[in-house]
Amino acid sequence: MFEIVEKKFLAPNIVSMDILAPRVAKAAKPGQFVIVVADDKGERVPLTICDYDTEKGTVNIVIQTIGASTKKISQLEKGDYLRDFVGPLGRPSDYVNEDLEEVKKRKYLFVAGGVGTAPVYPQARWFKENGIDVDVIIGAKTKELIILEDEMREVAGNLYVCTDDGSYGFNGMVTAMIEELVENQGKKYDVIVAIGPMIMMKFVCLLTKKYGIKTIVSLNPIMVDGTGMCGACRVNVGGETKFACVDGPEFDGHLVDWDLALKRLAQYKKEEEELAKRGEEKVCTCQQGGAN
Amino acid sequence: MDMFKRVPISVQDPKERIKNFDEVCLGYTAEEAMAEAKRCLQCKHKPCVGNCPVEIDIPRFIKAISDGEFEEAAHILAEYTALPAVCGRVCPQETQCEQTCVRGIKGEPVSIGKLERFAADWARENNIKVGKTKEKNGFKVAVIGSGPAGITCAGDLAKEGYDVTIFEALHEPGGVLVYGIPEFRLPKEKVVKPEIENLKRLGVKIETDVVIGRTVTIDSLLNDEGYHAVFIGSGAGLPKFMGIPGENLNGVFSANEFLTRNNLMKAYREDYDTPIKVGQKVAVVGGGNVAMDAARTALRLGADVTIVYRRTEKELPARVEEVHHAKEEGVKFEMLTNPVEIIGNENGWVKAIKCIRMELGEPDESGRRRPIPIEGSEFEMEVDTVIMALGTSPNPLIASTTKGLEVDKRGCIITDENGQTTREGVFAGGDVVTGSATVILAMGAARKAAASIDKYIKEKYGQKAKA
Ligand SMILES: Cc1cc2nc3c(=O)[nH]c(=O)nc-3n(C[C@H](O)[C@H](O)[C@H](O)COP(=O)(O)OP(=O)(O)OC[C@H]3O[C@@H](n4cnc5c(N)ncnc54)[C@H](O)[C@@H]3O)c2cc1C
Ligand SMILES: Cc1cc2nc3c(=O)[nH]c(=O)nc-3n(C[C@H](O)[C@H](O)[C@H](O)COP(=O)(O)OP(=O)(O)OC[C@H]3O[C@@H](n4cnc5c(N)ncnc54)[C@H](O)[C@@H]3O)c2cc1C
Ligand code: SF4
Ligand code: SF4
Ligand code: FES
Repeated sequence: MFEIVEKKFLAPNIVSMDILAPRVAKAAKPGQFVIVVADDKGERVPLTICDYDTEKGTVNIVIQTIGASTKKISQLEKGDYLRDFVGPLGRPSDYVNEDLEEVKKRKYLFVAGGVGTAPVYPQARWFKENGIDVDVIIGAKTKELIILEDEMREVAGNLYVCTDDGSYGFNGMVTAMIEELVENQGKKYDVIVAIGPMIMMKFVCLLTKKYGIKTIVSLNPIMVDGTGMCGACRVNVGGETKFACVDGPEFDGHLVDWDLALKRLAQYKKEEEELAKRGEEKVCTCQQGGAN
Repeated sequence: MDMFKRVPISVQDPKERIKNFDEVCLGYTAEEAMAEAKRCLQCKHKPCVGNCPVEIDIPRFIKAISDGEFEEAAHILAEYTALPAVCGRVCPQETQCEQTCVRGIKGEPVSIGKLERFAADWARENNIKVGKTKEKNGFKVAVIGSGPAGITCAGDLAKEGYDVTIFEALHEPGGVLVYGIPEFRLPKEKVVKPEIENLKRLGVKIETDVVIGRTVTIDSLLNDEGYHAVFIGSGAGLPKFMGIPGENLNGVFSANEFLTRNNLMKAYREDYDTPIKVGQKVAVVGGGNVAMDAARTALRLGADVTIVYRRTEKELPARVEEVHHAKEEGVKFEMLTNPVEIIGNENGWVKAIKCIRMELGEPDESGRRRPIPIEGSEFEMEVDTVIMALGTSPNPLIASTTKGLEVDKRGCIITDENGQTTREGVFAGGDVVTGSATVILAMGAARKAAASIDKYIKEKYGQKAKA
């Protein structure tokens, strides 16, 4: 059992939690993820490690409620326990193990979409701590879904915020923001790291391929075990089948077969919708003062 | 009574059992077990014993059953095996102990496995505790993985007085016994859980949710956490795919994914959150126990199921009983058939599997006749789900994060006959050494490794750890 020692809402449907998990906190590196099981009957839900504190032994996760399982986790309170918290899983980001002098020579741009802002934050902070300035774009549908803006401002060289509906910052999607920086402001980047919804990462890659800028993405396919045992997380990268949980989750975005990845993500859509409905039915009966 | 025939054992009616996940074989009653035990000829030369990988004294425990001394039978079994209730259910008896049974020459061999199961079940139901623990010696051993190998090694060492901790990557202990083999063959609450509880009773600590090589490394267990030795029993969990076109379409699963969703995550039950996808028409590729388990699981979830296997029924590596049960339940078999492509619809879902017919040629390295494709014999089978059960290999995670630990070209950890790896203080056994094999072989190897660990630690550090 793993205690939730801190909980706060970053946006109406995005919650941040610190979990007491000393072994995970000690081993975690940027780019890795954990698997969380809420209770005895819960699913194994993969979530990116957003931050970790070796001294306190805590790991920070940020969850967007999209279906039954993320809702279940989000509803837990400070002082409650998660049944399981496994990690750190996946490979750390490449630069963690590279020669720092080499990394310093490159200009990085981070592109964070929605809840993807949370995993970008520790990466940007890693660069700051190592004396490297990186540019960061945060994008969201609308103003109230922009998260971690202040925190990010402290670690980013330049921060650019954009919203799809123009309610805050630059008016447009992250791809338009990249175009603005590269084409109009003459910015030069050696590496772009894009983390966010699959569809966003796809369009970022289509654009950066045109510019010839190497782009790293963090894939979030459906997973079960997260240790290489089931193959549910198969993705096609450069014509080869990879297991995202052990070979990734970060890959060269220009080599990813996005259409396949997007189709595979919808594989359990029908079942998940039924599950979400079932959850609501349950709530219903108790409100009517039924059983229990 | 006809001494050439086995005492029949009751099973759930096939028409009923395909609608539930309850155990198929119901086991012997005390009277039936005693009657079957009486068929044993108590052969002096004991040909059955030599064909059991852990050399259980078969006539001795059977004699105890035939005398009605069930507790005694359980104690005899415990001298040789840590998991009799499991092995009695899942050993491939027809190629092991029962194959050389003298009764089998003229009639049916003695039901050794079913009798073993009976004695173990009886002991559990009557709360008989087998195995005593010696005084604590203060040495710490880490066991990686909680499958049959890990359970056995941990149990043996705990009884010797060691302070043992099992580290398990998944959220439930049990290995394949929990995530792979389905409920209808090996009940989890009734049979597997008590084995785990028994370990805890012996003082073994179990830390689930720890992935060795990620959460913590073997080097750090030995150097920072004060473990005197490590046993690796991490199994062979990495699924193989065929590498044919269409294999990443929606609706193509590894047997591991399908079985894990169903068994470990209990997707077959309404009250669990994990979804499972089983279409109307399912093709299961492969012919081993894993293929049979996947097929019979899909059947119970309501699908029409066909097993596609490239050799003939004679070569099916699955246990005979499973093939028999699968047929009774209505699983279809396409023998001498091999998939060459999986065909999808416009939305990326499987709609058919293209296969080619095979014929058997000369024997290959395994001694079995090699299947050769018959040119021009391709045909399509309409299916909406394909489950790949082609075998598994060890996960490279541990080997790649442990200095000095060597593996062979299949990724299996190299050990000597006593389970010693190429790294001092590190031992291994079970599927991680042999590649996917059987429960009893994993158990036997773990037993040997436990003995070597005991010897290694005491030679190096003396009889007791310094306080
Ligand atoms: C390596 C990795 C890291 C992740 N990190 C985070 C994170 O830090 N924060 C976070 O909020 N989420 C993260 N996710 C996504 C998260 O795991 C899913 O949102 C979650 O599993 C959905 O579960 P659910 O039951 O609530 O929704 P479901 O009911 O399962 O799904 C609802 C809808 O979302 C889609 N969906 C299903 N699985 C995923 C998925 N893996 N990614 C995106 N959409 C999906 C389905 O098509 C479905 O229609 C990550 C996923 C992976 C694989
Ligand atoms: C579906 C199926 C049906 C089978 N049917 C039969 C049968 O009828 N009869 C028979 O005799 N055999 C059968 N087998 C084979 C048998 O189950 C295996 O040979 C046996 O379980 C091997 O035992 P093990 O302890 O070596 O490995 P496993 O049972 O695989 O256990 C290994 C454990 O280690 C854990 N682990 C792996 N990596 C790590 C890590 N890095 N850190 C921590 N933990 C880790 C795994 O999660 C797992 O729990 C079947 C196998 C399957 C898959
Ligand atoms: S352990 Fe297996 S091989 Fe040995 S006697 Fe029992 S059933 Fe037969
Ligand atoms: S070979 Fe058969 S009959 Fe003979 S002792 Fe063994 S089980 Fe009994
Ligand atoms: S999630 Fe099972 S192999 Fe990656």
